[in-house]
Amino acid sequence: MDPPRPLPTPITPEARPYWDGAREGRLMIPRCDACGKAFMYPRVLCPHCGAREITWIRASGRGRLFSFEIAHQILNRAFKVKTPVVLAMVELEEGPRLLTNLVEVEPDPARLRCDMPVEVVFERLTDEITLPMFRPA
Amino acid sequence: MRALSSSVCIVGVDESDEIGTLPGKSQLTLHLEAVHNAVRDAGLRISDIDGVFTAGQHSPATIAEALGVIPRYVDGTTVGGCSFIIMVGHAMLALHHGLCDVAVISHGESGRSGVGVSPRRDTALPGQFEAPYGFGGAPTYFGLVTTRHMHEHGTTLEQWAQVAVSTRAWAALNPKAKHRDPITVRDVLASRPVVWPFNVLNICLVTDAGGAVVLTRAERARDCAKKPVYVRGAGEGAEHVMLTQMRDLTFSEATRVSGQKAFAMAGVGPADFDHVMLYDAFTSGPPIMLESLGFCARGEGVHLFEEGRSTPGGRLPINTNGGGLSYTHSGMYGIFPIIESVRQLRGECGPRQVPGARLSLVNGMGGMLSAAGTLVLTNET
Repeated sequence: MDPPRPLPTPITPEARPYWDGAREGRLMIPRCDACGKAFMYPRVLCPHCGAREITWIRASGRGRLFSFEIAHQILNRAFKVKTPVVLAMVELEEGPRLLTNLVEVEPDPARLRCDMPVEVVFERLTDEITLPMFRPA
Repeated sequence: MRALSSSVCIVGVDESDEIGTLPGKSQLTLHLEAVHNAVRDAGLRISDIDGVFTAGQHSPATIAEALGVIPRYVDGTTVGGCSFIIMVGHAMLALHHGLCDVAVISHGESGRSGVGVSPRRDTALPGQFEAPYGFGGAPTYFGLVTTRHMHEHGTTLEQWAQVAVSTRAWAALNPKAKHRDPITVRDVLASRPVVWPFNVLNICLVTDAGGAVVLTRAERARDCAKKPVYVRGAGEGAEHVMLTQMRDLTFSEATRVSGQKAFAMAGVGPADFDHVMLYDAFTSGPPIMLESLGFCARGEGVHLFEEGRSTPGGRLPINTNGGGLSYTHSGMYGIFPIIESVRQLRGECGPRQVPGARLSLVNGMGGMLSAAGTLVLTNET
C-alpha cells in the first residue's frame, strides 16, 4: 500500500544521518563542535558560528509546541491523511525547531496551547523512511 | 546614502490592460501590456528603456528581448513578492550613477490561470522537512506565525478579521478591485475555514495580473507627462526562507532592517507618513509589519486597523487599493502597492483619494516575512 504521505524527497547526503536515525527510532541532530549549539536543518557549516566541524547527537525527543495550526485542506495530493490535521512547529529541548505534525490529539484549537510539552513519536512509512512526529508529553 | 534620497523619481505606473482571471493571456503578455501602459503614463517610449528589472518566472533578458530593447543594466533579484519593491532601490542606485537612464520594473504573473507557470526551485529542504507533514502553500506557513502572535500578545481572530474589513472598505472605492462588497468581522469569522487560524477571507486573492513602474533621474522626471514621485528612501532585508530559521516567529528582522535603512535615507520616521501600503497576503501580515517597522509596540499593530483609523477618512489610511485581500494578488504582489502609492501621491485616485497625501510608505514581504523591501515616496522636493 502506498504511504499516506509524500515521502521526504530527495534525501540529501548531508541529511542522511537524520533519516538513518529516524529509521531506528532515534532523533539525530547536528551539533557544532566549536560553539556547542545544535541546529537543524543539516548543513555543512554551523549557522551560529560558521564552523565546519559538526558532530551528530541524539536529541532527547522532548520539546515544546512552539506554534500550530489546524489544516482543513492540504494542497499536496500525495498527502492522504484525513483532515483536519494539526500542522506544528516544535522547538526541541536542544534548541532547533522542526516542522511536524502533532498527533494523538483532537484537532481543536481550544485543546492546544503554544509552549505545551511534547515528545517525539515515529511513524514508519516504508522500509527506508520513518517520520518523526510529536505528541503531548 | 542621503545623496541618493530623492535623486530619482517614479514617472510611470500602470497595470496590464486587464487584471483578474485571464486564461487567454500569457505571462509575457501581462508584462508587455503593463510596460507599454506604464511607459505611456510617463510620456516616454519603449525605446527609451535602457534598464530592465524583473523577478520571478522571467529573466530581465526575456523582458528586454520581448520589448525589443538592448538594456545597459539588468537585475533579476528574486526574493519573493517584495522583489519589485527592492528593485526600486536597485534602480535608484543604477540611475543615480548613470548606469542607465530610464529603468522599468516589470511584473507579469498568471497566478490564477497558470498559463506557462512552472516552479523552478530547489526542493531539497521543503521536500524533506516540510512536505511529508502536509506543509505547502503559503497559508500552512503563515498560520504558524499568526498562532504564535496570538499566544504571545493575546491577539484575537476578531482583530485579524478587522484588517480584512478595513481593506475591503477601500476596495469598494476601487473599480479595478476584484471584490468590492463590504464585509463585516462576522463575515470573516463565518467564511470557509482553510487553515485555522485562517478562514478564506483572511487570505489574499489569486489572480492573473501584470504591473510596471518606470523611473528616471529627477532632472529628467520634470519633463515627463505626470507629476514626479520622488524616491526619498529605499531599504531591503532578508532573514530566512525556511520558517524554522526565523529568529522570532512574530517579528520580522528583514522588515526591521529594511525599514530602518529606508527611514534613515529619507530622514523620516513612522509618525511622518500620511499614507501606507503594506503587502497583505494574510490579515496578520500588515499588523506584524507595522510592529517590525516601529509604527507601534509589539502586539499593537492590529489597533491601527480599528474602524476609523485605517479606513476611508481615517487618520492613517492603509492599503487604499483594496490590497492583495480584495483588489488583486497575482502571486508576487509587490509591484501593485508601488503603483497605488504613486497614484495617491499624484492625486489620481478619485473617490478613494487620500486628501493631501504627500508622504507614502510602501512595505512588502517576500515569502513568509522572509525578505522585505521598504520605500519612502513623496511628491515634494
